[in-house]
Amino acid sequence: MTLDMAKEGQRYRIISLPETTSVRAQAIRFGIAEGAIVTCTTVIPGGPIVIAKNRQELAIGRGLAQKITIEAITTVPVNNNFMVRRRAYGLSRPRP
Amino acid sequence: MACHDLDHKLNFSPDVRKIVLAGNPNVGKSVFFNAFTGMYVDVSNYPGTTLEISHARVGNDLIIDTPGVYGVSSFNEEERVARDVILGADIVINVIDAVHLERDLFLTQQIIDMGIPMVIALNMIDEAARQGIQIDVDKLAKLLGVPVIPTIAVKRKGFEQIKQAVATARPGNKLEILEDMLSLVPKKVKNQAEAIIILEGDPYVAARNRVKPLNHQEEIYLARRSRVDEIVKLVLKENYSEAFFNIRLSRLMIQPLTGIPFLVLILWMLYQFIGVFIAQTVVRITEGSIMQGYYEPFIINLVNTIISPTSIIGTLLVGEFGILTMPVTSVVGLLLPLVLGFYLCLSALEDSGYLPRIAVLVDRILMRIGLNGRGIIPIILGFGCVTAATITTRLLGSSRERLIATFLLALCIPCSAQLAIITSLLMGLGAKYTIMFVAIISSILVLAGTALNWLLPGKSDDLLIDLPPLRWPQPINVLRKTSNKAVNFIKEAFPLFAGGALLISFLQITGLLVTIQKLLEPITVGWLQLPKEVANAFIMGFIRRDLGATGLFNLSLSPAQTLVSLLTITIFVPCIASTLVIFKERSWREGIIIWTSILIIAFLIGGIVSHILI
Repeated sequence: MTLDMAKEGQRYRIISLPETTSVRAQAIRFGIAEGAIVTCTTVIPGGPIVIAKNRQELAIGRGLAQKITIEAITTVPVNNNFMVRRRAYGLSRPRP
Repeated sequence: MACHDLDHKLNFSPDVRKIVLAGNPNVGKSVFFNAFTGMYVDVSNYPGTTLEISHARVGNDLIIDTPGVYGVSSFNEEERVARDVILGADIVINVIDAVHLERDLFLTQQIIDMGIPMVIALNMIDEAARQGIQIDVDKLAKLLGVPVIPTIAVKRKGFEQIKQAVATARPGNKLEILEDMLSLVPKKVKNQAEAIIILEGDPYVAARNRVKPLNHQEEIYLARRSRVDEIVKLVLKENYSEAFFNIRLSRLMIQPLTGIPFLVLILWMLYQFIGVFIAQTVVRITEGSIMQGYYEPFIINLVNTIISPTSIIGTLLVGEFGILTMPVTSVVGLLLPLVLGFYLCLSALEDSGYLPRIAVLVDRILMRIGLNGRGIIPIILGFGCVTAATITTRLLGSSRERLIATFLLALCIPCSAQLAIITSLLMGLGAKYTIMFVAIISSILVLAGTALNWLLPGKSDDLLIDLPPLRWPQPINVLRKTSNKAVNFIKEAFPLFAGGALLISFLQITGLLVTIQKLLEPITVGWLQLPKEVANAFIMGFIRRDLGATGLFNLSLSPAQTLVSLLTITIFVPCIASTLVIFKERSWREGIIIWTSILIIAFLIGGIVSHILI
């Protein structure tokens, strides 16, 4: 699948980036090289997709997102007791 | 040699030690710069760019600030300037954001690879702690091979330690793969830092050394990225413990449903501050009371003691467009408060991290007119000064986007000074005409953008933008930025105003003004159905847009005529300064096409509206 199909709160692995040199170089600088794991934080309807890697947020235009292939990550980290981490992985609120 | 190049470009003495502050955008570099340098700072425009470089002499050292960049190469103007300044550095103080180590260390490693002695200021260590991030500082220093000092810039913590650490600055641990790769660079490139940049394929640095750029960027970048990720893994301990208010606010700002009302609110506040408070209340005092009340009578009396104000020289000096009256009053009384107010807001917006979020919000709409979200930045700037905004179109990715943005700016974005006059004229006409004015101008913007997007070959670049954390702007930084920009602006505006005043006076004295009015009669009277004196406004409008609109004040026009003339003046060709910048930024050919097509569109729209309404 491509990044424009990403869902908010879901984690993905970047499989491939487009060939354009400048786009690739920028992406690598921001830490989203092939293989990087990112969380989709916001999808703007018809507009850009915002992804986060740790605390770094990046907005990616829809056209570019269509050229980035990703795969969904289903495994959840072992330690998921914290609210923020749960939110980052798209989990429901912890049971009391 | 690069360092000589830098000395030459910014007029530095070659024997001082150059200490360069470098880092990603929004990491607090300027706070360090202000703390190290104190009061006496020089701001130079970096030749061939819009960027200003702050530098200050402290003892035998020269401290130089650089634009915030994510890496050293030449993707945009900021990077090219930062690259040249860093290449000329004796020591780099690299400011990094403890919360965004992964991102920031990329630049750090790149400067280390260039072999420049370095000290790291690990800034915002308190914010990192609050977010549950623990960094093993000693291990980080050991892995990078350079001193690392934890700091809290906003609380001025760690500054003394940084100053002391400068003495222990040293080159760090380079990437291993570079050892072998360096042999690929021709021997004649003596400077190792430049050799690295050439390996990474920078065409400018390669050209300067008269060699071909090499093509190892991706290889080096990937190696650097994995090295940085490895370091981060070793030094960072995270402990998620806090819910982020900022993340939620950030989401609200970029989601259309909440983001658009928020944007409208911000714009309304800006309008209240600049358009109402400054343009009306403050300007009434500075222009009306101070300049026209005290300054002008004073200077006219002074000239009167030497020469009669009605003589030719007297008219040139203190007449309606006298060089001692009109330019001084407009620049000091009218423009200075407006420009200060505008840059104050803009600097605060810039420092808060909101601008990239506006870009995300409007990306979808701007794609339709051939720009991506980033294009909103020159357009917002255009409401301050179209000339300055035209220069910032350089930050747009492709030549196609730059052309579209330049054209739209010249066509239908009124600058702050003009906007103030348009507002006060429209206020007298009531809501109906104001809505008509805004509606017509915005439809022209959309239509022209859509048409250009359709006509021009190719496709615009997609958005790829970093969303910095939202922060309250630091008042000192905002004030410093504002004053730097305002001073530069006034320096540029004053000679143009003076020249314009001279030209108009000359036309008046020689009687050419009347001839021009007669020549334009078929257009002004016949087609636009306005009095022939409106021609003055057009001529003055070419010198400065706001001057043109001011010219309408003294004419007795019906509401419909005022609307027609305001529309025509707004769309009408950009002022001399903008025109010159357009010619400089684009080519002569494109400049002439832009200029004439705008002229035609202005009279066409004006005439059509006139024939419907009058």
